[in-house]
Amino acid sequence: MATPERPLSPFTDIYRWQITMTLSILHRITGVVLALGAFGVVWWLLAVSASDQRYAQFSELAQSLPGRIVLGGFSYCLMYHLLNGLRHLLWDSGRGFEIKQFYATGWTVVVLSFVLTGGIWMLALQHGAAA
Amino acid sequence: MSAPGMDKSMRNPLAQARGLGSAKDGVHHWWMQRLTAIALALLSPWFIWLLLSLLGASHAEVRSTLANPRCALPLLAFVLALFWHAKLGLQVVIEDYVHTRWMEVALQVVMTFACALGALASVFAIMRIVLAH
Repeated sequence: MATPERPLSPFTDIYRWQITMTLSILHRITGVVLALGAFGVVWWLLAVSASDQRYAQFSELAQSLPGRIVLGGFSYCLMYHLLNGLRHLLWDSGRGFEIKQFYATGWTVVVLSFVLTGGIWMLALQHGAAA
Repeated sequence: MSAPGMDKSMRNPLAQARGLGSAKDGVHHWWMQRLTAIALALLSPWFIWLLLSLLGASHAEVRSTLANPRCALPLLAFVLALFWHAKLGLQVVIEDYVHTRWMEVALQVVMTFACALGALASVFAIMRIVLAH
């Protein structure tokens, strides 16, 4: 067994809530969701490669209300994970470790993730209306 | 309890007794996760643009767009980077949260096979689109 003198870090619920902890766990959650979404990309590619009929089935499903909700979820997860991933790459370069910077980049990620997802869906719905 | 001079060791005595050190592949994991992240940071915006441009297109139009090497090659790069990055990330999530050894190993095996299968199926589908064109 572990020696009792080993220093232990308290569990996360001992700390006051900070946005940084929510952003951190969201990075993992969105990553796991996107890994599932990767299989949606495979499904799409297989449908395109298979036949007119299979592609029509896929398109119909993707354009249905449940399909749009799932795609909406994936698009938000992708925007969040992409932006917060850039934040991680910034840290890897040794920058952004001031407490103020953690908050500034964190909130930037939150705001931009919503703005970009909204922008993508505006474009998509315009396209859909034009088609 | 502990031997003299070892009081400040951060290692678990059992780990010390087993004498197993680092397998030295942690840095490789870290580095590949970053490399695939950079690839995906570049390719994901392109992939979203591709999907948006294909909205409302017929099956024949989608096929011919994807069959073009200018599209098929970045698409191959995207799916390979995607499944590689997913594998590395899911591996760490499993390591962190699944503490029953047999379950952890089983999940790692299933997850790795699933990611490999996803990558292979994507490559197969893209090749079929390109070659049938």
